[in-house]
Amino acid sequence: MACELWTEKLDAYLDGEIPAGEARALQQHLRECATCAAEAVAKVQQKLAVKAAAQRFVPDPAFRARIERSIAARRPSATLFSGGRGWLRVFEIATVAAVLLIGGALFLTIRRGRGEERLISELVDQHVATLASANPVDVISTDRHTVKPWFAGKIPFTFNLPELEGSPFVLVGGRVSYLSQSPGAELIFRLRQHQISVFIFREEELTEVREKQTLRTALSFEVRTWRHNGLGYFMIGDASPQDLDKLSELLKAAG
Amino acid sequence: MSPVSRMIVRWFTLVCVPEERLLSGSFEELAMPLFDRLYNFAHWLTQDRQEAEDLVQEIYVKALKGFSLFRPGTNFRAWIYQILRNTFLTSRTGLKSTATVPLDMESDQENLPAVSDTPESILLQRSDRQLVQEALGRLPLPYREVLLLCEFEEMSYQEISATLAIPIGTVMSRLSRARRALRQAVQELQGN
Repeated sequence: MACELWTEKLDAYLDGEIPAGEARALQQHLRECATCAAEAVAKVQQKLAVKAAAQRFVPDPAFRARIERSIAARRPSATLFSGGRGWLRVFEIATVAAVLLIGGALFLTIRRGRGEERLISELVDQHVATLASANPVDVISTDRHTVKPWFAGKIPFTFNLPELEGSPFVLVGGRVSYLSQSPGAELIFRLRQHQISVFIFREEELTEVREKQTLRTALSFEVRTWRHNGLGYFMIGDASPQDLDKLSELLKAAG
Repeated sequence: MSPVSRMIVRWFTLVCVPEERLLSGSFEELAMPLFDRLYNFAHWLTQDRQEAEDLVQEIYVKALKGFSLFRPGTNFRAWIYQILRNTFLTSRTGLKSTATVPLDMESDQENLPAVSDTPESILLQRSDRQLVQEALGRLPLPYREVLLLCEFEEMSYQEISATLAIPIGTVMSRLSRARRALRQAVQELQGN
């Protein structure tokens, strides 16, 4: 091959851009041809000279620092754990997660709280309706052994009634009550001129009720709630708080 | 944007970042090691410190913004040099530089005037550094940049082709002409 054809390939050879076979052939030629070898040396020298000369401009360290700061401030995406800032990001995630959790819990609490308010208010309405009714009870009896069996087959559970002998409370009777389309018992007690309703429902129907046990007033009525043996009890009346507490103790003791 | 919404945006950005982006490393990890070389290259293109700083600053902002478009596993160096060069070419200095490039430069034909380049006359020593720097500075932009990418950045023809958006054949012929032009420039300087 003529020297001109080899020198054409010399640049690509020195740049490492020709196939191995061709490179070996060219090396062989360079060993045999002084002119081409001198040309190759000159080209290598030039490459090295340009490389050395090109390294000329050094950035100001302050400029570099400015760019680094600017990237850190702007970066839209970065690895999760890249030094201190990674942990800062973890902290941010934790904060957002905490805010979402607290927000969610608060939302649920408010919703459940509202559900509970609604339920109590519904039962107070039923209690008032019972007071206003010409036939407040479906089973009229002061005898707990009459009232309790009367509910059998009418409601999907049973419950115990306390012995009221010696207490100021008198059992007036009972009726079937409904809460969210589920049947339950409403027992009516009398204390002097006060009437007290005790509603009993299965616990499963009371998902909206947060507290196992509450004391409160609703529309000036005293309200007591508690849970026992899978049943939820709601006591509503206009008697004194102490009287309601006393009756609720008797009912709890009867289990 | 409030701090809370900024925090939520950043949180969602983090959650939405593709996994390969996390595996390929952050923008800083890829771009900052190239900082000195990018600055050097920018200074060679602009021939001015302030303009080089402005250019580097601009390309870092652009590259950071466009980092989501960069495909992991592809050549980040060629990608960011391409941004640098395109940004420079649309700048005032860049437009001026390209306006003075001779029309026949892109021709693949070897039409440069013959130079009496006997090996003795073109033998450059590294001690001629200042001379070579001056000669490099005098070269038309396409010659200067292709020489810098090949000799200083040690890019392959493939990388140069990607960076300059020209075919590999053009890379080779342009390199060849650039080397001749550099020798000629050195000779002229030596003659003075």
